[in-house]
Amino acid sequence: MKDKILEVSAIKNGTVIDHIPANSLFKVISILGLDKICNKITFGTNLESQKLGQKAIIKLSDVFFLDKDINKIALVAPQAKLNIIKNYKVTEKKIVEVPDEIIGIVKCMNPQCITNEEKIITKYQVVSKKDVKLKCYYCEKITDQDNIVII
Amino acid sequence: MKGKSLVSINDYTKEEYIKILDLAEIFENKPVQNLLQGKVIASLFFEPSTRTRLSFDSAVNKLGGKVIGFSDTHSSSITKGETLYDTIRIVSNYCDLIVMRHPLEGSARYASEITSVPVINAGDGANQHPTQTLLDLYSIRKTQGTLDNLNIFMVGDLKYGRTVHSLLMAMSKFDTTFNFISPDELKLPEGYKLFLENQGLKYYEHKDFTDIISKADIIYMTRVQKERFSDPIEYERTKNAYVLKNEFLASTKENMRVLHPLPRVNEIEKEVDLNPKAYYFTQALNGVFIRQAIITSILGLI
Repeated sequence: MKDKILEVSAIKNGTVIDHIPANSLFKVISILGLDKICNKITFGTNLESQKLGQKAIIKLSDVFFLDKDINKIALVAPQAKLNIIKNYKVTEKKIVEVPDEIIGIVKCMNPQCITNEEKIITKYQVVSKKDVKLKCYYCEKITDQDNIVII
Repeated sequence: MKGKSLVSINDYTKEEYIKILDLAEIFENKPVQNLLQGKVIASLFFEPSTRTRLSFDSAVNKLGGKVIGFSDTHSSSITKGETLYDTIRIVSNYCDLIVMRHPLEGSARYASEITSVPVINAGDGANQHPTQTLLDLYSIRKTQGTLDNLNIFMVGDLKYGRTVHSLLMAMSKFDTTFNFISPDELKLPEGYKLFLENQGLKYYEHKDFTDIISKADIIYMTRVQKERFSDPIEYERTKNAYVLKNEFLASTKENMRVLHPLPRVNEIEKEVDLNPKAYYFTQALNGVFIRQAIITSILGLI
């Protein structure tokens, strides 16, 4: 029997986010709020990747991000690459960069932090970008890469 | 400093530390004044404390101000489920300044964001207690005549103790040499050692009291708490290794002083209290002058 191959069709205009670690796909969806938009979106996950082992990819029709918005995913997908597509052609390539400050998105890992008790938008200073370390503006404790939980 | 909250010891610069210490010296010479007449200070203790609360009360009363507030949450509407946000918003209407202690970390920073009156953090969980640190600095300067180039020994629980962490951050601005004496389980966290290395400051770690303490200008004692140990047998083994006795002090410098943020349990033998090198009770008294200095400078009265 002939192997059936699912072809993920190319998009005419929009953004392709590639090199997302497979286990971060749903976090990326949540950070970018993709579960709340009406555009056409194609997801692929657990795809083979030489760099990441297993990667995920997201193709978004007619969606373009501001740098400050897309950089938020650097917390969970530091190696993500963006292709900006216009009229079926890649017109721009971008990499993500961890911002200096994170507002919202991440839950403070300190159970004794006031942000885990009252309704407060979390705020962090990024004290290390390579191995991400976030210093809570409120309790002054560090939330590290392995303990990042997306709100 | 006027109108500015004091939440973390890092909110103040070295020059601001000095300014507060100089002011405290003036209050030590003249603790009773009428500077706070007509001012209302809210003292909100969401968690019980004796020394800190009474020391603030005493500081305000001696300057002719009034204190309102609560000393535990049983007598307030927090028991009815009121949020910190609501409590702070309401209390702000009644006072010129808020002094607060709260068991959750970051609570004072949050409070300072939601109110127009300045907030003094009197302890937020294991995080910060800046007025304690300033009174420690005051005690060190008063007994040594300077804050520069001293050799500070910190003893006991260096892992969780917020007072040692804040004091370390503050003293790092004065070319201090640090010596840390603690059991393995309660060693100073790596982050603080890295900080000292980045500042180019020297530090040494020890497991026991030895002759090394003859180099000390200040010995800063802390409690070794049972609940910090994962292994109760390990606690039993170590608890007596960090008890300060008179015999240890014999070889120390004449001018060396022993500090302790208090309360103490058994980590300083009672016999040490009468030793002229014991300073912890006077240290607590200095807290009143430091708090007078902080309150009056934040309110812009001096």
